[in-house]
Amino acid sequence: MSKLPEEFADLEQFTDWCLPTEEERYSKRLDSTMAEMQELYDAGMARLEDVMVYLDARFPLHEMPDDAKALMHLMQSVVMVSFPIEVWKQPRVLDSGASYIQLIKEPVV
Amino acid sequence: MAHFPKPAAGSWTENWPELGTAPVNYEDSIDPEHYKLEQQAIFKKTWLNVGRVERLPKKGSYFTREMPSAGAGTSVIIVKDKQEVIRAFYNMCRHRGNKLVWSDYPGEEVSGTCRQFTCKYHAWRYSLEGDLTFVQQEGEFFDLDKANYGLVPVRCEVWEGFVFINFDNNAIPLAEYLGDFAKGLEGYPFHEMTEHYGYRSEINANWKLFIDAFVEFYHAPILHMKQAEKEEAEKLAKFGFEALAYDIKGDHSMVSSWGGMSPPKDLNMVKPIERILHSGLFGPWDRPDIKGILPDELPPAINPGRHKTWGTDSFEFFPNFTLLFWAPGWYLTYHYWPTAVDKHIFEADLYFVPPKNTRQRLSQELAAVTFKEYAFQDANTLEATQTQIGTRVVTDFPLCDQEILLRHLHKTAWDYVNAYTNNGDGSANGKAQEKTSEKDSVNV
Repeated sequence: MSKLPEEFADLEQFTDWCLPTEEERYSKRLDSTMAEMQELYDAGMARLEDVMVYLDARFPLHEMPDDAKALMHLMQSVVMVSFPIEVWKQPRVLDSGASYIQLIKEPVV
Repeated sequence: MAHFPKPAAGSWTENWPELGTAPVNYEDSIDPEHYKLEQQAIFKKTWLNVGRVERLPKKGSYFTREMPSAGAGTSVIIVKDKQEVIRAFYNMCRHRGNKLVWSDYPGEEVSGTCRQFTCKYHAWRYSLEGDLTFVQQEGEFFDLDKANYGLVPVRCEVWEGFVFINFDNNAIPLAEYLGDFAKGLEGYPFHEMTEHYGYRSEINANWKLFIDAFVEFYHAPILHMKQAEKEEAEKLAKFGFEALAYDIKGDHSMVSSWGGMSPPKDLNMVKPIERILHSGLFGPWDRPDIKGILPDELPPAINPGRHKTWGTDSFEFFPNFTLLFWAPGWYLTYHYWPTAVDKHIFEADLYFVPPKNTRQRLSQELAAVTFKEYAFQDANTLEATQTQIGTRVVTDFPLCDQEILLRHLHKTAWDYVNAYTNNGDGSANGKAQEKTSEKDSVNV
């Protein structure tokens, strides 16, 4: 069964990235290869503008049906992987060593 | 060559001659005995911000704060009482000292809503105003007057929705303590910016080292070089960093900076995702639709020079509260809570106007994600600094004019320690007393 709105069926292969919290997205980033994140980034960046137009034409931010929410969570993952892809060329922040910063409060969509 | 004019004294630093221009000694960041003095002289005597009023939406809303910086085990309850007054109490039952409000793990902070506080141990109950209202088997006690056994209050005052506490019952009022900078910030629409991202990190460095890192942007074009597009990064590094202005008022300080990235002059300066989401380190480029954030609406303390290229102002309220405003209409706070001479808990909180649609939400998401990537780099550098200054191979370090606020921070912290030891209420400390002659201008 598809998880995303049918207009975005081309992104269905990435639905394991439909993660509501930053903690989950960050953890998946650290557990992923650069090749996996590059695929998500390429596909997601190509549809990011379409997603915003699609969602904003249909739903208030806090009243999205499940498939729209899943699409939003996927785009949040695209934002998450943009740093490894565009900047670090590795999953972790460069020179971040043992330091760890935890997001403890966030507005979950 | 200066791109922005400096004071007539020739430099920012020389404009405040008491700061001096000599290399600065960092013993205050590596000596465990000095840290103990700082706990007594600073963290038990100054106003400490513990959060925003939005955490206490209704009568009976409360949260606890662990305050190891003011002494191991120190824990405080902050509550909105029946008259909607915000109060603070030591988190301790008057019967036999059990911690009053906690769940599962006594050392972890909790929050919620209640009508009264009930101790887990013997069910002593306290009103939201701190009065002891019920004693289990009261008749078994000897001459127990409940009026004498209320919760022990902690000074608590609110400024512009920021809740502060002070462990010193003789402290001057909060507004007076925060002084002219705070007065000049009043009216900023903090209450509109309730979309909150909170971060926490345990840092293996003295608390002042992280403030050092955030009150100078001399590091920004270098440490964070890889985060900008290559050509832009090279330009930034060549240009270096110069603030629009620095200012110091008593214990507190501020730096005002330009910021050309929000929006950028040229889209090629920024990363591909920033071009789509209109956002980045400086925040969403498109201003939210609220009053009070346009350049001519800002309160007088923000962008005091009214520069057209203004991007961000960072206020450092002593000892450990940073309030940082970004031109596109959002703000963040930092807190640094020492737990040892070489350890502290760092908290960062970003506050945006609640987004109205997915476009605004994703724009804020990118700002929040970007913030964390930068903070990681800043945090790890600190541990590298702490371990090296701790060797004492080198003890004094030259600070440039763009690092003026570091001088002010370390001097202010020393002033408090010296005042404390001079008043005779602290244990004698040779190093602290040696320097008193030149550093005695404090008002504790």
